[in-house]
Amino acid sequence: MRRVAIVGAAMTKFGEEWERGFRDLIAEAGLKAIEDANMSGNELDAIYGGTMAAGRLIGQEHITALIADYMGLNPIPATRVEAACASGGVALRSGYLAVASGHHDNVVVGGVEKMTDVPVGEAAIALGGAGDQEWELFMGATFPALYAMMARRHMHEFGTTEEQMAMVAVKNHANAAKNPYAHFQKEITLRDVMKSKKVASPLKLYDCSPITDGAAAIVLTPLEKARKYTDTPVEIVASSQASDTLALHHRKSLTTLNSSVVASRNAFNMARMKPSYIDVCEVHDCFTIAEIIAYEDLGFVKKGKGGKAIEDGETTLDGKIPVNTSGGLKGCGHPVGATGVKQAVEITWQLRGEAKKRQVRGAEIGMTHNVGGSGATCVVHIMKRVN
Amino acid sequence: MSCLIGLRNCDYMVGIVGYGVHIPRYRIKVEEIARIWGDDGGGIKDSLGIIEKSVPGMDEDAATFAVEASRNAVHYSGVEPKRINAIFVGSESHPYAVKPTATIVAEAIGATPHLTAVDMQFACKAGTTAIQCCMGMCSSEMIEYGLGIGTDISQGRPGDALEYSAGAGAAAFIIGRKNVIAEIEGTCSYTTDTPDFWRRPGMDFPSHGGRFTGEPAYFKHTVNASKELMEKLGLKPSDFDYAVFHQPNGKFPLQVAKILQIDVGKVKQGLMTPLIGNTYSAASLIGLASVLDVAKPGSRILLTSFGSGAGSDSFSIVVTDKILEKKGYNRTVIQFVGDKEYLDYGLYVKQKRKLKTL
Amino acid sequence: MSSMTVGLPLTWRRIPERYNLIGSECEICHTKYFPVRRICPQCRRKGKMKEVKLSGKGKVYSYTRIYAPPSGFELDAPYMIAIIELEEGPRLTAQVEDCNARDVKIGTPVEMIFRKIQEDGKEGLIHYGFKFKTVSGTSHILQE
Repeated sequence: MRRVAIVGAAMTKFGEEWERGFRDLIAEAGLKAIEDANMSGNELDAIYGGTMAAGRLIGQEHITALIADYMGLNPIPATRVEAACASGGVALRSGYLAVASGHHDNVVVGGVEKMTDVPVGEAAIALGGAGDQEWELFMGATFPALYAMMARRHMHEFGTTEEQMAMVAVKNHANAAKNPYAHFQKEITLRDVMKSKKVASPLKLYDCSPITDGAAAIVLTPLEKARKYTDTPVEIVASSQASDTLALHHRKSLTTLNSSVVASRNAFNMARMKPSYIDVCEVHDCFTIAEIIAYEDLGFVKKGKGGKAIEDGETTLDGKIPVNTSGGLKGCGHPVGATGVKQAVEITWQLRGEAKKRQVRGAEIGMTHNVGGSGATCVVHIMKRVN
Repeated sequence: MSCLIGLRNCDYMVGIVGYGVHIPRYRIKVEEIARIWGDDGGGIKDSLGIIEKSVPGMDEDAATFAVEASRNAVHYSGVEPKRINAIFVGSESHPYAVKPTATIVAEAIGATPHLTAVDMQFACKAGTTAIQCCMGMCSSEMIEYGLGIGTDISQGRPGDALEYSAGAGAAAFIIGRKNVIAEIEGTCSYTTDTPDFWRRPGMDFPSHGGRFTGEPAYFKHTVNASKELMEKLGLKPSDFDYAVFHQPNGKFPLQVAKILQIDVGKVKQGLMTPLIGNTYSAASLIGLASVLDVAKPGSRILLTSFGSGAGSDSFSIVVTDKILEKKGYNRTVIQFVGDKEYLDYGLYVKQKRKLKTL
Repeated sequence: MSSMTVGLPLTWRRIPERYNLIGSECEICHTKYFPVRRICPQCRRKGKMKEVKLSGKGKVYSYTRIYAPPSGFELDAPYMIAIIELEEGPRLTAQVEDCNARDVKIGTPVEMIFRKIQEDGKEGLIHYGFKFKTVSGTSHILQE
């Protein structure tokens, strides 16, 4: 296996991008990433695209063919990867494996979702496809409801509070306010979260990530050739993926995502690292409870101590382990297929020292944690600045 | 026109092997409805003899009612569902215009596929006619057990007199030849073409003839069917320990009892409409269930239904010793009636989906 | 509006599970599953699956009250959704109806009821199946 480096990273502004469509978003992110890598289109060997629900959201399948077309990259192979909200992360892993195997040299990985071309209800139904359509969604469950039931168990088993969950939203909005690419640009207060409209008890509107348009892209190349393209390559030192039951109710525990535990453990083994090595981490906070559970599953804190970790400020920008400096899914927005790639973009920027107002000082090792559905897929990457 | 199925001469008895009811847990008080229309709630309560009526949950319909009642009946009877060879579902509010409710019931109680099943409609009396069909098939030995059901989610136009009385509920009776808890010793019907109440296809609410639904319709058919039954079976009013009549309100059954010279005290146990409203196809059958909940072996029950349009089915039912073995097998009618949650008119409108935009 | 225009064959295939909680049992490891599975995830090729009817009795494992319903459920809101642990072991997701929301807690005993789950608009199919209600609610009434 060859060592693989990120040499280009870019994203579009995340938000309700009324004026831009699917094609505009992915073309912008892709071309900016290739430009960032100082590469010419002719040097690219393959495209991997992560998108979850283009069929339901824009009525278009076969989207990586469309991407290759609109980026002017025909005739290179273009492959779509779908793993619900982990589509972007799994696309990145597919690109990584293609380069690591030696089959391709220069690969562009894109993640994109255009979610506001349909009414909110239709977008919610499309997202529902990440769960068990016949045995969860059909019965009237929603995604907030599934995470609400995890939250309820976490509260029951460990005494986690609604306020602690709300603190995740407050922190991530504060980070988003420092990120010009983020969907939300304003800080919010604990009271704002606690007073927001009930969605699925105990979760409220501000516990939930928004419906967002956006795209992100990464350019990968073998580490040995990376210096040809950039002075600041970032190496992917681990790529790991795991699965779990599609339906939440089939899990042994609702307070842990076994896919997260397995994927992160394997990633740390692959990188020969421990959780304490991580300087900055992007975790999958589709709902505030998900971030608290991620602290525990990734090994940053003991099981049950996630609520206390956010309360003690351990994960703020200047905390022990800054989490979701981009604003996370909650503050930066969650264009589903783009999210996993965007996490890698943020970590790349952090490790290069380009994260400006939200820069974690001296960050050398970063991690991304991208979850599909209620945890049926988890994909973890560990990145390291190449000195 | 009349007919009589006298079963007394058979070698075996045909009767009720099991029964079960379902009454939804929501109620609205007559006074709450009157408040909306500026009517005198106390006066209406007195004149109709109805205090409150049952309201179905958002997710309930005549099919779910029929399934719940039938599952209770199967549980009570102990009959293996595969031995139920016929299901008749009487209702004027079948959820589909075309597609049987009976197949839903058959599948949900595990009686499929070796049975016959069909839906019936005759305003408020299709449930008792369903029982007659089961009796005929049992006594001819076409089937081992039959399931007859009356189930309805009746509709009353907002502001119409029916809105005060139109309730919801279901009752299911398993009919057979063995282990009967009550023998049906005879039944007869009285039927004419009398247009007192109807609903045309596609219409949300029924139309009715106001006071015309009384004398020439309800009273004429109910009284004549009951009299004919007694005459053919050689029974006197005093031979009955209980009498259950169709109950569109809380008053009519008491008046019928007076006309038939039956002590009105014998009507009380089977008179549920004051507490749950008129449950249409289920009304007289829920009344019968309430009587069976308390009746002792040897008790004789007069049951006479009425369906607009119009007709009545009358039955004489004698309770057997077997009923003693089944005490406590089911939630009683009174327990269903007592498990309740009140709605105000706003929630009632939402729950019954009466807003045009819904 | 339904959350998904469900194909008729799909609905029809699911009737035994939705109406009567028909699940699977592995004759080798005796684990019970709901819904039906063709392969025992524990024994895999060595497993042998047979159909089994589950009792419909269980306990609330977790729950939530939905205030923002998906399309097809707008008129039902707010409504309770729970993960129910059946007494035979399997868990499932279902609505909890016919009880006061405040009575539903982790561990509350529940039993199956038969209800409409959703409708394909005014002209389409009505989908029936299991929901649950609290058992304590009933016994509480019985004591009155």
